[in-house]
Amino acid sequence: MSVDTKSILIKPIFSNNPIGLQILGVCSALAVTTSLRVAIVMCVALTVVTACSNFFIAMVRNYMPSSIRIIIQMTIIATLVIAVDQLLQAFAYGISKQLSVFVGLIITNCIVMGRAEAFAMKNPPGISFLDGIGNGLGYSVVLLTVATIRELFGSGSLFGIEILPLVSNGGWYQPNGLMLLAPSAFFIIGFLIWALRTKRVEQVEKDEFHIAPHTIAEASH
Amino acid sequence: MASKDSVSFTVKIALLLCVVCSIFISSAAVILKPFQEANKTLDRNKNILAAAGMFNPDVNSDSEVDGLFAQFTPRIVDLNSGEFLSDAQMADLGINPVSYDQRAAINDPQLSDAIPGEEDIASLKRRVRYATVYLVEGSNGEIEDIVLPVSGYGLWGTMYGYLALEGDGNTVKGIGFYEQKETPGLGGEVTNPRWKGLWPGKEVYDDNGNVALSVIKGVGQGVHQVDGLAGASLTSRGVDNLIEYWMGPKGFGPFLKNLTNS
Repeated sequence: MSVDTKSILIKPIFSNNPIGLQILGVCSALAVTTSLRVAIVMCVALTVVTACSNFFIAMVRNYMPSSIRIIIQMTIIATLVIAVDQLLQAFAYGISKQLSVFVGLIITNCIVMGRAEAFAMKNPPGISFLDGIGNGLGYSVVLLTVATIRELFGSGSLFGIEILPLVSNGGWYQPNGLMLLAPSAFFIIGFLIWALRTKRVEQVEKDEFHIAPHTIAEASH
Repeated sequence: MASKDSVSFTVKIALLLCVVCSIFISSAAVILKPFQEANKTLDRNKNILAAAGMFNPDVNSDSEVDGLFAQFTPRIVDLNSGEFLSDAQMADLGINPVSYDQRAAINDPQLSDAIPGEEDIASLKRRVRYATVYLVEGSNGEIEDIVLPVSGYGLWGTMYGYLALEGDGNTVKGIGFYEQKETPGLGGEVTNPRWKGLWPGKEVYDDNGNVALSVIKGVGQGVHQVDGLAGASLTSRGVDNLIEYWMGPKGFGPFLKNLTNS
């Protein structure tokens, strides 16, 4: 594996993380992270869709009339997402019920569209496929971290196996209900981004807005 | 070849893409359909068994579902008369007990009616005319278990589940919700096995035949009261309402009376 391919695969995980740096795909990161099992299936689904859509879009990129470029991308992505949804319903029914609309919403996940437009349109299929996998992994790292924290402190379990015995089952741990609600994911993702940017200072964005200095000197009273 | 931005090429590409994608999706749908249907049936049967206390996901495996479920006989009940539909009536309506989908029938004006506002205590808006009930019959043909589909509005959405009664049509055998949108950790506790464990042995009707079973705030006393869920008054009230509605004269009340009198 050349240095180039390796960096395409590895870079999106920490140094160019789609959620951490690009702040894309946060919606589903809030919704499907209350339990690890569901989060893993979502991660696999998104990685497969991003990789395959990148692959197919890169394959036909030279034949795409620019006027219907976005529509073609959407159609290819939607086709793949429906296929994934159908497969889940057939072989992982319980999980597909828990994911419900969020599998369908991969269609509108900014990561998939973003990589298609930003990478697959300009690069050959093989490397685009790897870029899709890389970004899928970047998304997965964040999702799984959030899901681990939320399931452990919200339900006292991991993968549905009890780790912290709950008060309601005769144990000592009083679960933190906030962890099961969407806002907690905002806090956790915020802290993750904070940690990531403290470690890698180059990711800190420049202030978009500066308070302008006074144009007239402080008036004396 | 015309340039790739010409109108004719654009139309060609668009058509080609549509054809390829639709063939792909339709074949996926057709090939996977039998698996999906099997999953849906398995899931429903599992919920019915769980409500009747005959299936515990921690102990039993999916492969046992078919065997256990074979004890149940699905029957369709006319909710207005409280009688089973005869084969001729079912043929007329084009429904049969195995495939009849009550959740789909609710949107069919031929098979359901709007519930007048003052009767709609469970906030359901519509009620099916015919409901599927699941019976377990003993060796002498006496009815041992009755599993009834119930639904009602909680805090965030409609809760769907099954209530299992013993053959007397009065004693609760179990309850289970397979679809609900209540707040996780509060109202979502309707699926908690410990809370569901409070139900078996309770009685639905008082001596006068009125619905007496209720979910109350605090600790339930006697055979007609079940503890409410802590921190989830509206969900508890939703469960209370759905029991009152479905066990009452507009729900399965007439059916249970017929069944136990015969």
